[in-house]
Amino acid sequence: MSLTLQNISIAYGSKKILSDITLDAIKPGTLVALLGKNGAGKSTLIKGLAGLKSYQGEASLDGVELANMTQHQRLKSIGYVPQTLPQGSSLLAYEVVKSVVTLQGESTFKEQTIEDVFERLKISHLALWPMHKLSGGQRQMISLAQAIVRKPKLYLLDEPTSALDLNWQMQVLKAIREEVSSQNAIAILISHDINLALRYSDQVVLLNQGQILAEGPPKESLTVDHLAQAYNVNARIESCSKGHPIILIDNAL
Amino acid sequence: MSKLCSSLHRVFQGNKTQIGSANSLADQYRQYMSTRFIFLTVLAMVILFTLLYDLSEGPSSLSYGDLLKGLWSPSSLPISQQVIIWDIRLPYALMAILVGASLGLAGAEMQTALNNPLASPFTLGVGSAATFGASLAIVFDFSSFGITQTYLLPIFAFAFACLTSLIILGVANSLGGSIQSVLLFGIALMFGLNAMVGVIQFVADEGQLQQIVFWTMGSLARADLEKATIVAVVFILCLIVSLRNSWSMTLLRSGEEQAQSMGINVKRLRVTTLVRVSLVTAVALAFVGEIGFIGLVAPHIARMMIGESHRFFLIGSTLCGALLLSLASIVSKSVIPGLVLPIGMVTSLVGIPFFITLIYQHQKRHSL
Repeated sequence: MSLTLQNISIAYGSKKILSDITLDAIKPGTLVALLGKNGAGKSTLIKGLAGLKSYQGEASLDGVELANMTQHQRLKSIGYVPQTLPQGSSLLAYEVVKSVVTLQGESTFKEQTIEDVFERLKISHLALWPMHKLSGGQRQMISLAQAIVRKPKLYLLDEPTSALDLNWQMQVLKAIREEVSSQNAIAILISHDINLALRYSDQVVLLNQGQILAEGPPKESLTVDHLAQAYNVNARIESCSKGHPIILIDNAL
Repeated sequence: MSKLCSSLHRVFQGNKTQIGSANSLADQYRQYMSTRFIFLTVLAMVILFTLLYDLSEGPSSLSYGDLLKGLWSPSSLPISQQVIIWDIRLPYALMAILVGASLGLAGAEMQTALNNPLASPFTLGVGSAATFGASLAIVFDFSSFGITQTYLLPIFAFAFACLTSLIILGVANSLGGSIQSVLLFGIALMFGLNAMVGVIQFVADEGQLQQIVFWTMGSLARADLEKATIVAVVFILCLIVSLRNSWSMTLLRSGEEQAQSMGINVKRLRVTTLVRVSLVTAVALAFVGEIGFIGLVAPHIARMMIGESHRFFLIGSTLCGALLLSLASIVSKSVIPGLVLPIGMVTSLVGIPFFITLIYQHQKRHSL
């Protein structure tokens, strides 16, 4: 199984947001950090792959073109997690997760799976709360649970930790990392916290003005020049005592 | 009604505390669902009682014993009482329940499809469009096509209601789903359609004018069992299709992007839902005229009591709508002894304060 992107272009009306994005076969078990400043095209790319925006080019998972997937294939294969779920719903958190499982037509034997996911994400206490009473961060956790319960081959995570505190950020990324490794899945993760993303990712794709500026393993592909170009900042790349690369920003350019 | 809702809500909250002692999440959820079943069962029983009470209400007094005897074995009563029960009160009372149920279903589906808590066939002008269609059918003689007015009215009402729903959907998409903008557009549409109904009234003769006025006021007075059967058949068919889509609609409530990313064709789901809403609204209103606010109020009560899982929510909203209109039917007969008020007036008088409260709460929530 692999994910391949060939010359992906996406436009909003006449405005081209992404141009010719090509990624060689991303292997199973890989967590890709999709980085870049606001407006670089990160969310647009994720939305294109999630079926929310039409794209030109080819994007195939396991040889199946994403745009041509049936509903059943999408449910089985793609787990999209937006920044947050809508606030106004009176659905119970448990129902939000269960509705996906039921739509897959596997209601009975997955009850334990739903329970496991809630426990693993430490959100069992939220299960019978209506969504409109949950905080943005809590809704983000439910959204993640909704994706994980399906055990998809491809996770598309659009800033899944943007509303979470430090502890929850670590827990969520750890959970995603474990899921990707244990299920041999692929995850594309958008995050504005570069250090956190680097810590858990195997590969980095740095976007700038709708094009790929750099890609590859974090240590090799992220340079001071790339960061200056992509984010307009003076940065240093250091190593922490545990060997993880750490980016320190000195000033904005 | 709000007191009843809050006390029931407290019962549910109490139940939720007990749920905490259950074993697995699935067990806890099953217990939660059982409280919903209980609520729906109680609601259905209350509707049965209001139906009987509605049947007993009227200028000619009928004991409950005679009423039940007349329903079970009509020939055991004198012919005058048979006529009162079967030709006057039963169609009236049944129509109230069926129209209320239809509007409750339509309101619930419309609010989900448009992601707008203030949406209902009445507030967005779909009811006015049905009135306009019906007025056209009344004034212009289409009987040469071989269709009687009993069927012509709902057909015209449906055609215009459907067109209006699809226009609203188009506007909602182009305005990015802004709740206030869509509501304002619906109100503008309602005024426009009401003006056109005024023009039709202007050219109508005396008999036609009377029919149109009857329509705009909303009244159960012309209900009969044939019309009630038509409303019942359309309502049941729409409810079945709605329940078949209930999981997709539930997912839509958990997030449009989520639903779309899971392969649900959100556009198609919305269009088919709004066509269904138009059908059930138009057929319900075709025989009783405009009845406001039931489609707005019923979903809110149901949502407050049993949440938004559409398997329960749709049935809950349907039952709440049926109960509300059945109660309104009783009120319309009881306020002035010997006189039956048009039921549309009763629902509007009760519905307007509720609508203003909803707008106020919505504004308050979004200005925080």
